[in-house]
Amino acid sequence: MEETLTQTAAAERPATIPGLGRPLKEHEMVISMGPQHPSTHGVLRLELVVDGEVVIDVIPHIGYLHRCFEKHAENMTNYQQVIPYCDRMDYVAAMNNDLGYAIACEKLLKIKVPERVEYIRVIMAELQRIASHLIAVGTYGMDIGAFTPFLYCFRDRERILDIFEQTCGARLLYNYIWIGGLSHDVPENFAEKVRDFCAYFRPNINELNDLLSYNKIFIKRTANVGVLPPEVAINCGASGPVLRGSGVKWDLRKNDPYSVYDRFEWEIPVGTGTMGAVGDCWDRYMVRVHEMEQSVNIIEQAVEKIPPGDVQSAIPKRIRPETSEVYVRTETPKGELGYYIIADGSASPFRVKVRPPCFVNLSLLPTISRGAMIADVVAVLGSIDIVLGEVDR
Amino acid sequence: MKEFLISILQNEILVYCLMAILPLVWIVPFALFAVWLERKVSAHMQDRLGPMRTGGWHGWSQTIADILKLIQKEDIVPAKADSRMFTLAPFVAFTGSYAAFAAIPFSAAYVGSEINIGLFYVISISSLVVVGLLMAGWASNNKWSLLGAMRSAAQIVSYEVPVSLALLAAVMVTGSFDLQEINRAQAGPVWNWFVFQKFPFLLIAAIIYFIASLAEVNRTPFDIPEAESELVAGYHTEYGGMKFALFFLSEYANMFAVSAIAATVFLGGWNSPFGGFLSGPWWGFFWFIAKGMTFVFVQMWLRWTLPRLRVDQLMYVGWKVLIPFSFAVVICVGFWVMLAH
Amino acid sequence: MIPQEIHDALVSHFGNAILDAKLEGVFDPFIKVAPDRIKDVAQFLRDNEATAFNVLMCLSGVDHTGGKLGVVYHLHSMRRNHKIVLKVDLTVEQPHCHSVESVWKTANWHEREAYDMYGIIFDGHPDLRRILMPYDWEGHPLRKDFQVPEYYNGMKVPY
Repeated sequence: MEETLTQTAAAERPATIPGLGRPLKEHEMVISMGPQHPSTHGVLRLELVVDGEVVIDVIPHIGYLHRCFEKHAENMTNYQQVIPYCDRMDYVAAMNNDLGYAIACEKLLKIKVPERVEYIRVIMAELQRIASHLIAVGTYGMDIGAFTPFLYCFRDRERILDIFEQTCGARLLYNYIWIGGLSHDVPENFAEKVRDFCAYFRPNINELNDLLSYNKIFIKRTANVGVLPPEVAINCGASGPVLRGSGVKWDLRKNDPYSVYDRFEWEIPVGTGTMGAVGDCWDRYMVRVHEMEQSVNIIEQAVEKIPPGDVQSAIPKRIRPETSEVYVRTETPKGELGYYIIADGSASPFRVKVRPPCFVNLSLLPTISRGAMIADVVAVLGSIDIVLGEVDR
Repeated sequence: MKEFLISILQNEILVYCLMAILPLVWIVPFALFAVWLERKVSAHMQDRLGPMRTGGWHGWSQTIADILKLIQKEDIVPAKADSRMFTLAPFVAFTGSYAAFAAIPFSAAYVGSEINIGLFYVISISSLVVVGLLMAGWASNNKWSLLGAMRSAAQIVSYEVPVSLALLAAVMVTGSFDLQEINRAQAGPVWNWFVFQKFPFLLIAAIIYFIASLAEVNRTPFDIPEAESELVAGYHTEYGGMKFALFFLSEYANMFAVSAIAATVFLGGWNSPFGGFLSGPWWGFFWFIAKGMTFVFVQMWLRWTLPRLRVDQLMYVGWKVLIPFSFAVVICVGFWVMLAH
Repeated sequence: MIPQEIHDALVSHFGNAILDAKLEGVFDPFIKVAPDRIKDVAQFLRDNEATAFNVLMCLSGVDHTGGKLGVVYHLHSMRRNHKIVLKVDLTVEQPHCHSVESVWKTANWHEREAYDMYGIIFDGHPDLRRILMPYDWEGHPLRKDFQVPEYYNGMKVPY
């Protein structure tokens, strides 16, 4: 009976668990929240070293979704051809990935895009931010056990995906934002559809708050869980809602502006420790809910001011930048996405390094979940909001 | 009913066997119906439709189709699993739920077994389910199942205490454990029902009982043992096919059993709310099932609304909130009954 | 601080550990540092009040072809709002570079990735294992001369 459960006799156990740095003690158990698991948001293996229900250490193993983005980018014959690969990194927020790469290449090529393109890009990026946060919030509720908000969030996300489909024909992976412009111009009734969506969506945020955010059980599960102090967050490179949830008022759209974000009036929501300590899961979750609201503000302002123009006028025919390199970072729903592009004078990039926000945010997981219970690891992982496509590229 | 059947069949043993099988005639169609109902309730709460096509009208035969599918499935036992315990576990779990139906009075004319410690028997025999869950978790040779089984055992055993104490309050008012006796004590119009008696203590007892019974049947917010998003499926991860169907059946049977107890002890059981109007042995079936189904519906409603409690919070609610309150209720009702005599 | 001032501060502190710099005519001015002193330089840049580089934005490995590897550090200061790039040059025969994990915890996984993809060995890193590729993979994929192996654990690799 002993062998069936422990599977390896003591003599066969490895001396040191890699990642843990020491052999297992007698009362500890290694349990694998394996690659297939309903709440690891993709193929992520979390090796939990537990003592009963209490987690001693979490050792993440990634790389299950590694699709060699950087190697592909080096082998493309054209800078524009990399864009569909960029989509597929953070596949729930594809517009923001494309935007980062396009801005980086435009800086490299010293191209200035028309105003119309900038405004449409901002609207698309903000709509995508709302869509991504809806998934984050919905799946987080589902991880905690509340199944219904997930469906409501997806219902709202369908409206956004309808707008995207009417513009570029795709619902999830768009290949829309090109270097120097856009692949298609927006349809005729675009402004009206976007305004309708904003009017429809605002009350739904209140519904979500009633159902999930201020629910006593949800607060009990997420407040004071996975507290991330701000200095640790900055030193570990956290960004996006993870950083803002710890009270650090830092948003690249305001602190390091790109595109035309500096022309709009909106707030940066930060975590204030309303329900527990500053920087707990509830704060990070609430930052996302508030950010959705702020995105609606930005969209409403932007859609009034879209200037006329040609969205494809600045798209270069031949892309052959001179030998130079550039690092550009943008604020995606998950955090700070950086592209480090080295050009060597030929038509294909020499090196494209992506600094994914989820990769860095995930490295925080062991730090903030030691000493928590297994259920809390799920809560913390959901609040960090990772998409494995971006972690592994 | 027993006398009637004996007069027809003349064989006491056969009659007893028949009366024992009768709850199955209720449980199996109820489970089929309840699964469909759950899917419909959850769907409509989530702004979608649920089963719509199987069988025509709103997919009523969806569950029947599922059962047919489950029957045909390959019976997989994991290689290193303890196969005898693995096979036995769903049967033990189902036996615990099924045996409780022996003492539940469906009507004035029908109760499986007329024992005078009916309520005591029901509470104790339904603890057999824990044994089944523990067997399932251990025999699966899967750390996740083991965790789920351990949590489930802790949860069910802890919540037995508030369940028993809350029911004890009603027993004190009646003076007997016999469920038929408790039903007869609530005869008459609506205000005779125990939930309105000894106000507000028995109302509090009813609420405590309902919450604790959610924990007994592993329903959200207490569904940590089968918490999908953490433990894949908890103790029944490794089960498929008919064994899984049996676990499911036992869960829904359990759901109805605790709802039936709540209906019997607090809502008047097979008594009609109008006193003499619309009452009688056959109407008794209707009222009893209607009240039981109301509680089942509320259980489903709660499942799709509330998130789940973490296991230590769950234990906190059980031991530090429900038990003190139920002790207080027992003391107060005890004093009331004593002073009233 | 402008890049020139940062460069001067570094040269005055570290002297010949600062090898080269290109501060004009590039999008991101960079300073080249000796591989074994990079940790001290990083520590200085983080702790010094005037520079205050508390964020390591990105740490990338680069293969410059011809047997030359490199590491590129993009630093940023939230308080002073300035950026700088540090570069380290290595070779395939001598791929050792000191780890900056103790200065910025961000570097932990970034350095693991640089090791995994390029074979750059970071001395002083607490847990230098592969991160994206399987733990028993052979070869360093992002090198320009990387050949996809025929078989991996008995499975045919290219198809």
